[in-house]
Amino acid sequence: MLTYTIRRLFTAIPTLIFISLIIFLLLDMAPGDPTASLPLTIPPEVREQIRQSLGMGEPVHIRYLLWLKQMVWSEPMFYLSQSVSWIDTPDAARLISWQTRAPVLDTVFERIPQTLMVVGLAYVVGVLIALPIGVISAYRQYSVFDQAGTFVSMIGFSIPPFFSGVLMIILFTVMMPNDSFWWFPSIYDTTLVVDSWENFGKQVRQMVLPVMVLALQTTAQISRFMRASMLDNLNQDYVRTARAKGMTESVVVLKHVLRNSMIPVITVIALGIPAIFGGAIITEQIFKVNGIGQLLIVSIQGSDVPMVQTLTFIFAVLIVFFNLIADILYGILDPRIRYD
Amino acid sequence: MTEAATTPSLDTRTEAPARNQWWDVWDQFKTHKGAVMGACFFIFIVLAVYVGPWIWSIDPTYIDIRARNQGSSFAHPFGTDQLGRDMLARMMAGGQTSISVGLTAMGLALFLGTLVGVLAGYFKRIDGLLMRTTDLFLALPLLPLLLVMVMLFRQPLSASFGPETGIFILIVIAIGITSWMPTARIVRGDVLALKEREFVLAARSIGTRPGRMILRHVLPNVMSPIMVSATLGIATAIITESALSFLGLGFPPDFPTWGRLLFDATDFMQQHPQRVMWPGLAISLTVLAVNYMGDGLRDALDPRIRGL
Repeated sequence: MLTYTIRRLFTAIPTLIFISLIIFLLLDMAPGDPTASLPLTIPPEVREQIRQSLGMGEPVHIRYLLWLKQMVWSEPMFYLSQSVSWIDTPDAARLISWQTRAPVLDTVFERIPQTLMVVGLAYVVGVLIALPIGVISAYRQYSVFDQAGTFVSMIGFSIPPFFSGVLMIILFTVMMPNDSFWWFPSIYDTTLVVDSWENFGKQVRQMVLPVMVLALQTTAQISRFMRASMLDNLNQDYVRTARAKGMTESVVVLKHVLRNSMIPVITVIALGIPAIFGGAIITEQIFKVNGIGQLLIVSIQGSDVPMVQTLTFIFAVLIVFFNLIADILYGILDPRIRYD
Repeated sequence: MTEAATTPSLDTRTEAPARNQWWDVWDQFKTHKGAVMGACFFIFIVLAVYVGPWIWSIDPTYIDIRARNQGSSFAHPFGTDQLGRDMLARMMAGGQTSISVGLTAMGLALFLGTLVGVLAGYFKRIDGLLMRTTDLFLALPLLPLLLVMVMLFRQPLSASFGPETGIFILIVIAIGITSWMPTARIVRGDVLALKEREFVLAARSIGTRPGRMILRHVLPNVMSPIMVSATLGIATAIITESALSFLGLGFPPDFPTWGRLLFDATDFMQQHPQRVMWPGLAISLTVLAVNYMGDGLRDALDPRIRGL
C-alpha cells in the first residue's frame, strides 16, 4: 500500500507541473498589459521600467521557471517563516497581484474561508441528504420513493445553478414578506462577525440559500451513485447468505450491503470536491459571496494575470490532490484493489 | 455459394416484415415514457426556435421604448424587456444560438472523443500516450480555463470573423476541447473489447487494412455509447454556454442567448421576476428533456435490457 501511495504521488507531480505549464503558456498570450490601469500621465520610459520591474522582459521559459520557484518554494517558505521562528524570511519578492498590488496568496487566503464555509458546508449537507435517499431508493426499487428520488435528481442534474440560485432568490427574498421566518437574505455579508447568538443566527440565515443551491446538485449526483452501488450489491450471493443465516434485515442492509456499497461512493465523494469548487464560481457570483470563485471572475475581468494563474493552479492542485486521495482511499477500503 | 432458404413457405417467420437492430431499439425506446416525452419536447423546442421566427415575425432587436417592461399580453406573450424588445422573439433568437452552440460543440467533442478513443483502443502503441493526455485533460480545472480562454481569444477572433461568428467559433471550440474526455474513455474501452472478438480476427485474416477495419467494423459497433454521450454532450454544452453568458463572458450583450437573457433579467429580478423565468425554464426543460432522452437511449441500446 505504501509503495503504491508513493508511486501515485510521483505521477501526480509531473501532472501538476505539466498543467501549470499549460496554464502559464495560455495566460502568457494574454493581451492585458499590467500597466494599462496606471494613469496616462506616466511617461513611456517609466512605464517600460515598471513593466521590467514586474518581470515582463524575460523570455517565456525563464519566467515560467521563476514563477514555479516562487509558487513551490518562496511562497511556502514565507508562510513557514511567519509561523516558525527558526526559519528566516526568504529575501525573494512576493508574487504581486497586478490589480491590488498586494501579495496574491494573501488575498487568496483571505478569500478561502468564505468559500470553504459555504461550499464545504453545502457539500457536507448534500452528501448527508444523498446517502439515505440512495439507500432507500435502492432498497425499495421502483417504489414511489424511488421514482420521486429519480425525478428530483434528474431536476438537480438539469437545473443549472445560475437558474436554481435565481429561483431561490425570487422565492425566498423577492416574493417572501420581509418579516416572515422564511425570508432569507440573497447577499452574503462577509463583514459579519459571529460574536453573539444573534449574529450566529444571521450567519446561518445568509448561508441557507447558497448552501441549498449547491447541495441540490451534490445530492442529485451522489444519491444516484449510491443507489446504483446499492443495487449492485443487493443481488450478490453474500446478501442471500446473510439472510439465510437469519440476520435481521437492518443488519443485512446497514452492515453488510451498505459497507460494501460505500466503497465506490466514497471515492466519488472525494472526486467531487474539486468539481464543487469550480461550480461554486457561479453560485458565489449569484449570492455575492466573496470567495475564491468570485476573486477569479474579478481577476479575469481585470486581466490580473498573476492572480488568475495562481487561482487556476490552486484549482488544478485541488483536482490532482483529491484524485490521489480517491485512489488511495479505494485501495485502503477495498483490499482487492491494491496495485502492488 | 449455397442457395439459402429454398423453401420459404415452410418458414413461418417470413410473415413478419424484415427488421434490423434499429427497429428493436426504437421499440424499446418507445416503452420509456420519459424518453419519448423528452424527445418530443426537444423536437418541439428545436422547431419553436428555428421555425418560430417565421411565424412570430417581430424583430428581436426592435426597440419600442414606450412598451418597455410589459407583462404578458396578446401583443407580447412573454412580455417585453427594459428597452421594450419582445421577449418571445428574443427567446427564439436566443434559443437558436444556445441550441446551435450545444449541437455544434457536442459534434466537435464527439468527433475528438471518438477519434482519440478509437485510436487509443485500436493502436496499442499510442494507447499509453493518448490515455495520459486524456487523464491530463481530466485534471484541468475546466471552468476557470474556459473563462480564461474566452477572455484571451475574444478580441482576435471578433476582429477576424466579426463579433458574433467569432464568439460562436470561440465558444464552440472551447467547449468542444474541454468535454471530449469521457467519450474517449468509453469508446476506448469498447474498442478494446471489440478487438478481441472473432469477427475482427476474421476481418484481419482476409487482410483488411486498419483504416477500413475501423470504419467498417469498429465504428458501427461503438455507435451506441457514442449516441448516449451525444445526448449528454448536448446538455452539458448548453449549460456551459449559458454559464459563460451568465458570467458575462459569452456572447456580446445585444446578441441574445438563453444564458445572456437570464443574466440580463437578474438585474430586474425584484420588479419583474417573470422575465427570469422564461430563459431559465427554457434552459432547464431543454436539458431535462435531453437527459431523459439519453436515459431512454441508453436503455434502448443496451442489448441486455432490450431483449426483455
